[in-house]
Amino acid sequence: MKYTEEHEWLREEDGLIVVGITAHASEQLGDVVFIELPEEGQEITKDDEVCVIESVKAASDILAPLDGEIVEVNTALVEDPGKVNEDPEGEAWFFKMTPSEPGQMDDYMDEAAYKSFIG
Amino acid sequence: MGEETTGKVSEGALHRTPLFDLHNELGAKMVPFAGYEMPVQYPLGVMKEHLHCRARAGLFDVSHMGQVIVRGASDTGASDNGAGAFEALVPQAIVGLPEGRQRYAFFTDEQGGLLDDLMVANRGDHLFVVVNAACKAQDIALMKAGLPGCEVDEITDRALLALQGPEAEAVLATLVPDVAAMRFMDVGVFDSEFGALWISRSGYTGEDGYEISVEEGQAEALARALLAQDAVEPIGLGARDSLRLEGGLCLYGNDIDTSTSPVEAALNWAIQKVRRKDGAREGNFPGAARILDELENGAARKRVGLRPEGRAPMRAGTQLFAADAGGEPVGAVTSGAFGPTLGAPMAMGYVPAELSAPGTRLYGEVRGKRMAVQVAEMPFVPANFKR
Repeated sequence: MKYTEEHEWLREEDGLIVVGITAHASEQLGDVVFIELPEEGQEITKDDEVCVIESVKAASDILAPLDGEIVEVNTALVEDPGKVNEDPEGEAWFFKMTPSEPGQMDDYMDEAAYKSFIG
Repeated sequence: MGEETTGKVSEGALHRTPLFDLHNELGAKMVPFAGYEMPVQYPLGVMKEHLHCRARAGLFDVSHMGQVIVRGASDTGASDNGAGAFEALVPQAIVGLPEGRQRYAFFTDEQGGLLDDLMVANRGDHLFVVVNAACKAQDIALMKAGLPGCEVDEITDRALLALQGPEAEAVLATLVPDVAAMRFMDVGVFDSEFGALWISRSGYTGEDGYEISVEEGQAEALARALLAQDAVEPIGLGARDSLRLEGGLCLYGNDIDTSTSPVEAALNWAIQKVRRKDGAREGNFPGAARILDELENGAARKRVGLRPEGRAPMRAGTQLFAADAGGEPVGAVTSGAFGPTLGAPMAMGYVPAELSAPGTRLYGEVRGKRMAVQVAEMPFVPANFKR
């Protein structure tokens, strides 16, 4: 697992990178009520706004952590956004992507570094 | 993730209510609100707090609101509670409000705009007035200047709690049995183990419930006694906002302000006949010319309920359009959120009168996209008052 300063997690799975938000982020957001996902097949560039996540408090963006292509999105989240609060680092992944620059993964924190980042 | 809608927090000397320590002990997240450090949510979270209040009972600290006692001019006799003078500041009937009853009212300005909304109770030899926290200094100055000969005293040694929800009556009656007999908008003073409680059967959630003014030294003990009951959870400002919005109730500063008239704000119901055209005490309040005219002829725009057709909330500031492309905005959202009981997003905002009929389809621009939204009846969730 790798973590971004934007509180996203990245997990390698079957050659793809799975992306979601951390438990810390979901706690800070509060109850999630709306999620907008990218299109499957969409080409993305690092730091593009690729998802919208709205909680009872505010709207936030999820930024693309890597260059690449979206290959699958978790449509179950659209119907049940509350999953992000229930299981943010498991069932509530946002999208799977193929990175075009896998080396970008090295920029991100490991679990110990992320834990110290969030204090 | 980049935050879009969270505003900057201004630092400065914030007031604390008598329940400040209790809020911290309960694990509240505290935020600055109207000059006070207030609980926005407790560990339960906004959504569950909201649902709990509608299902059972919720306890709110509303001590930041202004509590004011008005007494009539002493030279006009002991029976004058200031009601006659008060009518010069509001378009409501205050004379004739029976003793032990409360009424929703608003201060208007000379242009017919809304200066604040408030509750006024007739407590026999005086009026008890509750005003919004953010407006209280201005409201007190307005009353002092506009009620010649009357005494206007801000009550600063009492906390104000709200207990709201279907089990509020059963809960409060364990401490003060006589409150069970009160009806919606009744007020009274009750002796209790927490000293004299000034209680009204009212609130701002759309639920049955009470607002309880308690001497500050007894406030924490009273709050603990209420929270000790299984039915009661503490509720923060976050859920207070979604509860009032589901109830179709205006938030001063968002949905109403000096740029909105009572008729534009669809608050006609709160202006009694006796103060309208051809009423026995017609006019004679600030902005009467405009307000009486709009009561007769309508206003060009109107506050309406809005139900987005999709799942995306339309927050305050969302521009509204008549078509899915092109054209200038026809109005804007003033409050918008997800309604936990409604199970869908909801909003209120101002639209031209000709586009204000329920069922009218408009488009709100969210993140650059026009999303369909329908004008809808309010309240979004039926009120549950004990009339």
